[in-house]
Amino acid sequence: MVTAEAPYRSKILQALEDQNTSVSFDDPLESQMVLNMGPQHPATHGVLRLLVKLDGETVLATVPELGYLHRGYEKLAENCSYHEFIPHTDRLDYLSPLSNNTAYVLAVEKLIGIEAPRRAQFIRVIISELARISSHLLWLGTLGMDVGALTVFMWTFREREKLYDIFELLSGARFTTSYTRIGGLSQDMTPDVVAMIKKYLDEFPEKIGECERLLNKNRIFVERTDGIGMLTKEDAVDLGVTGPCLRACNVEHDLRRASPYLVYPEFDFDVPTFEGGDTLARYYVRMEEMKESAKIIRQALEKIPQGEIHAGKPKKVLPRKERIYTKMEELIHDFMLVNFGVSPPVGEIYHAIEAPKGELGFYFQSRGEGHPWRMKIRSPSFVNLQALPTMLKGAMISDVVAIIGSLDPVMGEADK
Amino acid sequence: MNNLTVVERLKSRFPAVPLETTEFRDELTVVVPKENIVEVCKFLKDDPDLEFDLLADLCGFDQYTPSQRFGVVYNLLSLKKKHRIRLKTFTDEENAKVPTVSSVWSTANWHERETYDMFGIVFEGHPDLRRMYMPDEFEHHPLRKDFPLMGIPGSLPLPKK
Repeated sequence: MVTAEAPYRSKILQALEDQNTSVSFDDPLESQMVLNMGPQHPATHGVLRLLVKLDGETVLATVPELGYLHRGYEKLAENCSYHEFIPHTDRLDYLSPLSNNTAYVLAVEKLIGIEAPRRAQFIRVIISELARISSHLLWLGTLGMDVGALTVFMWTFREREKLYDIFELLSGARFTTSYTRIGGLSQDMTPDVVAMIKKYLDEFPEKIGECERLLNKNRIFVERTDGIGMLTKEDAVDLGVTGPCLRACNVEHDLRRASPYLVYPEFDFDVPTFEGGDTLARYYVRMEEMKESAKIIRQALEKIPQGEIHAGKPKKVLPRKERIYTKMEELIHDFMLVNFGVSPPVGEIYHAIEAPKGELGFYFQSRGEGHPWRMKIRSPSFVNLQALPTMLKGAMISDVVAIIGSLDPVMGEADK
Repeated sequence: MNNLTVVERLKSRFPAVPLETTEFRDELTVVVPKENIVEVCKFLKDDPDLEFDLLADLCGFDQYTPSQRFGVVYNLLSLKKKHRIRLKTFTDEENAKVPTVSSVWSTANWHERETYDMFGIVFEGHPDLRRMYMPDEFEHHPLRKDFPLMGIPGSLPLPKK
């Protein structure tokens, strides 16, 4: 048992004081100060709090402080059935709920030992990639805003609006979709949605090109991002950074390739990597990723087969509503599944997917009950944020917001 | 590389250490005594045939048993070999201490802070073992099985004026 010690504030300050602060800079101003950023700060993308030690305008050391959005989802997961937790996954990385839904059900399906039908797998690929585009668009807009390019923000939000219309027609909700189910999906993708996605994809290259024309040769944007927030390849791997931030350090690691899940091996796509490990490299990686995602969706829409979207495992997969009301067998299964849950065998699994922010993994310990004994969410934002002190060391105070923006943290996911 | 080669490499390198291995859904779990966890991790990271260079995840769990109550799970990933394995180690409730692996992978730093916060497992040799999510004045460890789901009223201190 650990007892309460010194006051909270001084403990954080002590952690900052303890850090090794050897930084060389050209023009030392002999005045050190401690600046508190957040948790209520618009540029920290949520409730992230930073304690920054400055010498003049140069950052000497940083201590990030998390937990302002901690809702105890891992505790909640231990107390609800596997199905009941799906809506909670929307609220992890709330910028890409569809890919969280997919990640969660894939982990549960691995634990149970079932697989969704091919049509459902194709739809899951499509929604994961749409979620990636939506998440990266928001990141692009806010990064632009962080470095003073306000127009991009307006344009990307306009594009995101169209995506949310697609999500609404697909799942019935714009934001908190809860679209996937264990062994399938809540509902099939209608031809209307397919038409909307196709229309969106036709317009997308032009719209993203407009943003690129605003930024790629924009002197202010390039000077504010080039060489800012450097992260070496070795540091990135050591700190466990994944996703676009790792690929911007020239590490070709993408879980869609490294440990393929769903039907990703059937698609032709590139894994963009860039050298440099700075904010500009992360910008290029994400821009290319959006184009690759569009490529994947286009192929998936061509290849998508007709058929069932629910796995034929009545004891594990929730039956359809109309059958519950008319068939005795389905009523019994529904009763058992809702009241006692899917009971996976005793065991433990870890399954991760390439979410927009990086490796989103779920670790389950099952004791054969209807609810997990332990569930751990490996959230990419939490791990990526740990690289922040390394990236900020020696940076200027005005670059802090650009560097946070380039990491693309979502506090809902980092704080769980 | 497959699970069998990992087990063989580990057993040939650590013949004196009791390593218990299980496999479920093609995922390998190796239970390592906590005294050996750092050297096993170091070997797994540095061995050229294995190269588990990325610690994907580290978390604790509570078995709620009289002995060996707490466990720590290490999910490792090899970027080059594209392989995953899992290590597990156990500790008793009194004297709940496990050596830190933050010297092997820096990313363990925050994961261990989170595990300490949630379970009260102390990581010996950790450079900065503070709570990750809960306030420092908080006296409990929320993910322990004896901590109620609704929380303990009055246990979260309000800011002093």
